[in-house]
Amino acid sequence: MPPPTPSQTIGPFFHYALPWRGGADLAAGGGDAGARLDLVLPEHRSLVSRREPAGRVEGTAIEIAGTVRDGAGAPVDDALLEFWQADGGGHHASAEARFAGFGRAATGPDGTYALRTVKPGPVPGARGLAAPHIAVALFARGLLRHLTTRIYFADEATNADDEVLLAVPAGRRHTLLAGRRAEGRYEFDIMLQGGRETVFFRL
Amino acid sequence: MRSKLGDDVDPPLMFEPYRSTLLRAPRQPPVPLPPTVTERLGAPAAWLRTLTGATDLTRQHREPPLGQRIVVSGRVSDEAGRPVPDALVEIWQANSAGRYAHARDAWNAPLDPNFTGAGRALTDGEGRYRFVTIRPGAYPWGNHPNAWRPAHIHFSLLGPAFGSRLVTQMYFPDDPLIELDPIAQAVPAAARDRLVGRFDIGSTEAFFALSYVFDIVLRGQAATPFED
Repeated sequence: MPPPTPSQTIGPFFHYALPWRGGADLAAGGGDAGARLDLVLPEHRSLVSRREPAGRVEGTAIEIAGTVRDGAGAPVDDALLEFWQADGGGHHASAEARFAGFGRAATGPDGTYALRTVKPGPVPGARGLAAPHIAVALFARGLLRHLTTRIYFADEATNADDEVLLAVPAGRRHTLLAGRRAEGRYEFDIMLQGGRETVFFRL
Repeated sequence: MRSKLGDDVDPPLMFEPYRSTLLRAPRQPPVPLPPTVTERLGAPAAWLRTLTGATDLTRQHREPPLGQRIVVSGRVSDEAGRPVPDALVEIWQANSAGRYAHARDAWNAPLDPNFTGAGRALTDGEGRYRFVTIRPGAYPWGNHPNAWRPAHIHFSLLGPAFGSRLVTQMYFPDDPLIELDPIAQAVPAAARDRLVGRFDIGSTEAFFALSYVFDIVLRGQAATPFED
């Protein structure tokens, strides 16, 4: 049985290769969300991929925004976040669906990201339904392996019975909860290291 | 996905010789994630196929880029040895002088107007991918005095499952910089040579390109959920 290939850091120069225009907009929309075109040399910008938005997606449109910070509290302006989720009905992407549930966002110069999507519905868990969540992978210079975390929603009662949240030490569970800031707007910061360090998972 | 070989292949998060890890590596132990539907599913192939990208990085501009033309190809498989079809393989790299087409790379090496350096492909039914590119140059960085990254091609693998996600780098054989590089050296010694591409005269194309083979093994099992 072949052993798995080891991980290496994504490094600081991925912006012309991995993000695509509209990658941070999983719902209707598009534009340049998620891409850092300011870091791509002008003569190469046309090669950055663009995708059309999904069109009608089942679920309530929301935006999640936040800042990624390091152990000194400094903003991480060269991170890549990937998101993976079900739609509002709890369905993951299928061959027929135009909603892929997968997106990418590069952090901005101030370490912030913004994801426009729909609030995911509950999906099957080991015991009944899991609470609505978005899976997150985080890559950056200085990370030799990517980090895995999840965004849960602070206003969801089903969090109390979610098997993954229950596996997290009680005192750190709050780091996985996106706070509701306004109608349809949530906040989710990621702290890589330190006293308010976000919970990261091992698969 | 839980790998039978555990943590013997991956580098640690905190590795002092690689200075950026000092403030970015989490200090708390990771929480084991019970296997769920979320990690076992992934974006469908039909959707991944609509992400545009090139497999020939030497034919994107008016002229071919300067440098040694190479084929880089390989097979993506899972830990059971089975091929992984429809995996999204993305690569990016510096040009032959070691300069990236990126605003933050400003070292004193020339840009190549005929080279962007990004490729995207889906593996075929047998898990195979193939790119044509040029051999990247080494480049200096500020990690320690006179630090040089060995020549490398960045690889990103989005497998059939979100849980088998991998980002890594391919190095070139007989490069003396690999032993001096904190990023490569962070990988346990027994696993390190798996990051080095293999020169393959069989896939070299006469009067056209040299060839390196880089096979990739993703964690977990493509077809069925991994059981401990």
